[in-house]
Amino acid sequence: MTLTLKINGEQREVTSDPETPLVYVLRDELKLKGTRLGCGLEQCGTCAVLVDGEPTLSCVSPVASFEGKEITTIEGLAATEVGARVQAAFVEATAAQCGYCTSGLVVAVTGLLARNPDPDRETAKRELTPHLCRCGSHPRVLRAVEIASRRA
Amino acid sequence: MTERVSDRLRIREGKLLIRTGKVDIGQRISTALAIIAHEELTLPFDRIEVLPVTTADSPDEGVTSGSNSIEQSGGALRAAAATLRGHVLSEAAARYGGTPGDWSLAEGMLIGPGANRPVPVLDLAGTGLELTVTDDAPTRYRRDTDVVPMLGIAQMVTGEHRFVHDYEVPDMLHARIIRPPHAHARLRGIDISTSEKIEDEGLFIHRDGSFLAVAGPAEWPVVRAAQRLANACDWDPGEGLPEDDIFERLTPDRAIRLAVKNGIPDKDIAIPPPLESPDFAARYERPFTMHGALAPSAALASWDGRRLEIVTHSQGIHVLRDAVAESLGLDSRNVVLTHAPGSGCYGHNGADDAAFEAALIAISIPCTPVLLKWSREDEHAWEPYGTAGAVELAARVDQDGRLASFSAEAIGGTFRGRPRAGKDRTGARKLIANQFRKKPEGPAPAVPNMNPQGGLQRNLDPVYDIPETRYVKNLVPDLPLRTSALRCLGAALNVFAIEGFIDEIAHARGSEPLRFRKAHLGDPRALAVLDRLEELLGDRPASGGRGIAYGQYKNSMTRVAIAVDLDLDETARIRLRNATIVADAGRIIDRDGLTAQLQGGFLQAASWALHEAVTWDRDGVASRDWDSYPVLRFEDVPDIDVSLIDRPDDPSAGAGEAAPGPTLAAIGNAVFDACGLRMRRLPFRPDDLRAAALAQ
Repeated sequence: MTLTLKINGEQREVTSDPETPLVYVLRDELKLKGTRLGCGLEQCGTCAVLVDGEPTLSCVSPVASFEGKEITTIEGLAATEVGARVQAAFVEATAAQCGYCTSGLVVAVTGLLARNPDPDRETAKRELTPHLCRCGSHPRVLRAVEIASRRA
Repeated sequence: MTERVSDRLRIREGKLLIRTGKVDIGQRISTALAIIAHEELTLPFDRIEVLPVTTADSPDEGVTSGSNSIEQSGGALRAAAATLRGHVLSEAAARYGGTPGDWSLAEGMLIGPGANRPVPVLDLAGTGLELTVTDDAPTRYRRDTDVVPMLGIAQMVTGEHRFVHDYEVPDMLHARIIRPPHAHARLRGIDISTSEKIEDEGLFIHRDGSFLAVAGPAEWPVVRAAQRLANACDWDPGEGLPEDDIFERLTPDRAIRLAVKNGIPDKDIAIPPPLESPDFAARYERPFTMHGALAPSAALASWDGRRLEIVTHSQGIHVLRDAVAESLGLDSRNVVLTHAPGSGCYGHNGADDAAFEAALIAISIPCTPVLLKWSREDEHAWEPYGTAGAVELAARVDQDGRLASFSAEAIGGTFRGRPRAGKDRTGARKLIANQFRKKPEGPAPAVPNMNPQGGLQRNLDPVYDIPETRYVKNLVPDLPLRTSALRCLGAALNVFAIEGFIDEIAHARGSEPLRFRKAHLGDPRALAVLDRLEELLGDRPASGGRGIAYGQYKNSMTRVAIAVDLDLDETARIRLRNATIVADAGRIIDRDGLTAQLQGGFLQAASWALHEAVTWDRDGVASRDWDSYPVLRFEDVPDIDVSLIDRPDDPSAGAGEAAPGPTLAAIGNAVFDACGLRMRRLPFRPDDLRAAALAQ
């Protein structure tokens, strides 16, 4: 049995069990390993992808539930204007230490700015609260949000 | 130890390659090393590379810990690079004319008399790589740019950065472990219909006593099979975990006691008698705390019948190699460990155990690489925690209100859980899987760390001028949960306790806390840090409660003063508003990296202060995910202002562990300032604050 997913603008056929959480299909079957697995419980935000433009955690919901939707992973963000801008802002602010939270945060900030081009600091904090960072890069991530929104 | 330049530097295809034994765990040591090489040899950054760290090739620099990398690996690299620079300058003079002093370097080129064009530095390196490194080679200590991007950041933002979790090699199997409910449980049996069904599906089950794992070609079916197997296991729970109050166990009468003098425990010194009729006495406490790495531990292992290869995010690959070899009865020359990135670890987390467990599975399936990933629950419940602890303090003040006598006793479990090989198979006994194999071994008994500023005694002796002092280390050997090195070791609790206690005394004496500290400090660099903090705070009136604290990591490294402004909301939840951090880390190598380490240290300690405590009961650890073990999130993050004092003529000191101790104390002191509650036990959750208010 195959499912068809639209990922980063391309139609992709996948053969994983439809109950498989999306992140395993992305990483294991499609070899899109930039989406990270951190908890498998929707608690840490490392596995975020954009689904129809909205930041969505991919570690619990079965892959079948994403059929017919537009999925953008960290690998596909550079092709979008907002995504590229956010990536550049993360580099400029050095908004990472170990980098494990970074994919999820770049996805989340891209989704946020697409919806709200100029969020204030409190809004950014609230929107990013589903995402953990254990190294303490938060101030730099918030600065990256400011840089990216200023460059719009 | 004599080193050759080639022990630290190699040249390949026009690039300078740096050899180090210290691994990059997000603290940016790679970037700092590249900067050091650049400073001495002026090569552009795109021509400098840091080689992967592997036991097959890299220098053995022990464990990446204790904020030592910049001094140890950085110092060795600088000496090697300076020796090489001396060589190329002489070589240029010999080949083209003039004296070495007539030649200068820029952008990786030598410019001087007699050469028509600039000469590439690396072209003249030649025999210089075989020179013995001299510590007195003049260093250049200069760079041509102040902003150096962190190595790897460009790949992190695009998802191309590869963690060990992302490795994929031909014929590789994914693996998961099926864990007992707790450390004392043993596997009685597995429902055979379940295990046979799983094997019929093409998955592989490995059982060695109570060590149980499943492996297969695709990851999700392995995750599911592990869940099914877990439900099919029959565990003998034994006596379960002890449930008595941990803080009642943390007493000197249950401990191995050692007097500490000048930061060093000494078994030949009698424990000095307690301070008589102290004016002040207090006990500060901290619960078990986890490293809580964002990525559960992982490792890739393969075994060809003779040679074992492991890719791991361990902080100490040489130490781990020896423990793995010891466990398996292998010659350590046939065990090769290579470091690959994991997520930030902040000390000894599950990395080493995962590496050994991947090896156990791989050995049972020869010639098949095995990528083992721990689950979130594995990491939360099975990593070795930072120990619970207590510090008992007493002080007397003189008529002028100055500290006259001071006593501090640190009480806690061990920070030495790393699998360092030693007598009685200590390395093997510290790898958790060995406790569950058919022939179980371990755990290893806790042995006091006797090193200066090691373990529990780290920062137990404050840097203040106090005429009479008394320090005692109390290692409690039989705690209910396994413990090991967590960022700062004893310094986090000790500085929290001492700086909270100093605050108590200052308030009781009617002294302004910052001035009270300054009155007890003679070190001009400490005073400069506190002066800068005072100046910065002068421009920013306190909103809500304000607390300050000061500490110098290991009393010899980075000096840090911190002020925190916070409010308590109507639910007794702490809202951090502003933090001001002033630091002197000697000569600054990577300004932005240093700032990141201070911010990161502050935020990890803020997480400890606001949230973190491991809980357990008879049936096992209850902190098994991010809901049952909450940590700091974006909504908790204050504005953080970092101010650095550069000391170009003083040695660089590591700073990754400098901020947490002062952060804990500054937050505790700010809570007191905000609401009058003196919080002496971490963490300060709304329930803890309400309980303290009721008890008052």
